[in-house]
Amino acid sequence: MSKYQKVAYYPGCALEGTGHAYNRSTKVLGKELGLELDEVKNWNCCGAMEVKNVDPKVQTYLSSRVMSIAANQMQASVVMAPCNGCYHNLKKAEHDLAHDADSREVVERISKKAGHETYRAGQVETIHALDWIKDGVGEDELKRRVKNSLKGLKVANYYGCMYTRPRHIFPEKDQGAGSESTSQPHFMDDLLAAAGAENVDFPLKTACCGGAHTLSDSDTSTKLVLNILRAAEAAGADVIATECPTCHSGLEMHQVRAEKVLGQKTRVKMLYFTQLLGVALGVSPRSLGVHENVSDGLEALREKGLA
Amino acid sequence: MRESLLQEAESVLEEWLRARGEVPTAETSEGFRLLALHRQGARGVPSFNACRETCREIAYHYNLLAEESRYTESMMAMLVEHLKLFVRGKLEVEGLGDFCCSSRPLRLESAAQEKEKLHG
Repeated sequence: MSKYQKVAYYPGCALEGTGHAYNRSTKVLGKELGLELDEVKNWNCCGAMEVKNVDPKVQTYLSSRVMSIAANQMQASVVMAPCNGCYHNLKKAEHDLAHDADSREVVERISKKAGHETYRAGQVETIHALDWIKDGVGEDELKRRVKNSLKGLKVANYYGCMYTRPRHIFPEKDQGAGSESTSQPHFMDDLLAAAGAENVDFPLKTACCGGAHTLSDSDTSTKLVLNILRAAEAAGADVIATECPTCHSGLEMHQVRAEKVLGQKTRVKMLYFTQLLGVALGVSPRSLGVHENVSDGLEALREKGLA
Repeated sequence: MRESLLQEAESVLEEWLRARGEVPTAETSEGFRLLALHRQGARGVPSFNACRETCREIAYHYNLLAEESRYTESMMAMLVEHLKLFVRGKLEVEGLGDFCCSSRPLRLESAAQEKEKLHG
């Protein structure tokens, strides 16, 4: 049995809001594949942008608290975070606690004050939803379970930046065959190919979308996203597969904004990779929350006879 | 066409370096001056690695266009466009790419100033 068969699930704030469909489809997919999710009890924000921008060490503490609950209260050895931001922050906290004495001191002090056990580096392994499916099920098993092949659906896989950068907080990546690559990530490509999709050659899969500046400098973000969308279309993609609620809503939001502000319309649709895999397993798009996406992915699925 | 696109990409990075008071290198890395310019531009600015893969893809498409006649320049042009947009954005707002690609806070200095104001 894979060590990822049962994991502590850390959905994070976005999956309770804008990324609700990602939460829903992740849970449905896990159930279909016989993987178990045990939600972290009383989880808190990972520190995301807001806290990290004021005091990065408090962000380290907040992320460490999530891992402490998983390790010390739930006796979990693996925490799975589907959001790139959460995944990145937990990984960063893990790295800081392993390498920085000041971070350890701050986390120790606040944990004592908060009345819970201090998280020690190495107690849990933080993984992304892509690792969960890739290592917990694998392509061969996935292929075996496909009932509604994605054959004919052309997909551009967009990973965004926080899944792979900065490289030093992801020591398990770039370890040769079988490991994920930080310069050419491929886990999502592998899984969707196993489900029958045709991955297009998409050179902007980790390109900057202006993300963190999306509110303060929306025009730059809109132009960067528009270029990503156009490149996906030029590569022949019907849909862009995403694996992060922030990337997903950023692409959707700026697609709408590009049309309104710049008069530039693009027709490519965004779908979470969990929604696409769910469809391939024969789950109805509605159960996977496709109707909750801003971008009408249902239309793209219908066109290909998948819904 | 691929030559002029490559030159355009190099000139984008040259602008970035000049704006930082540096002399753009004439050296090459892995056969491309573009990659050497990127390496120079990212020195001390880890968030500049946000465009590292874009530069590598430009080099890849440059090679691809030389070897495969079925490819057109449009994708390479979009990559150069992305590099241009990113560098222009970074010249306007220095913190672009900081939060995500180098995991650095965006407004630590202003937060410290606010704190000082509050606590005297």
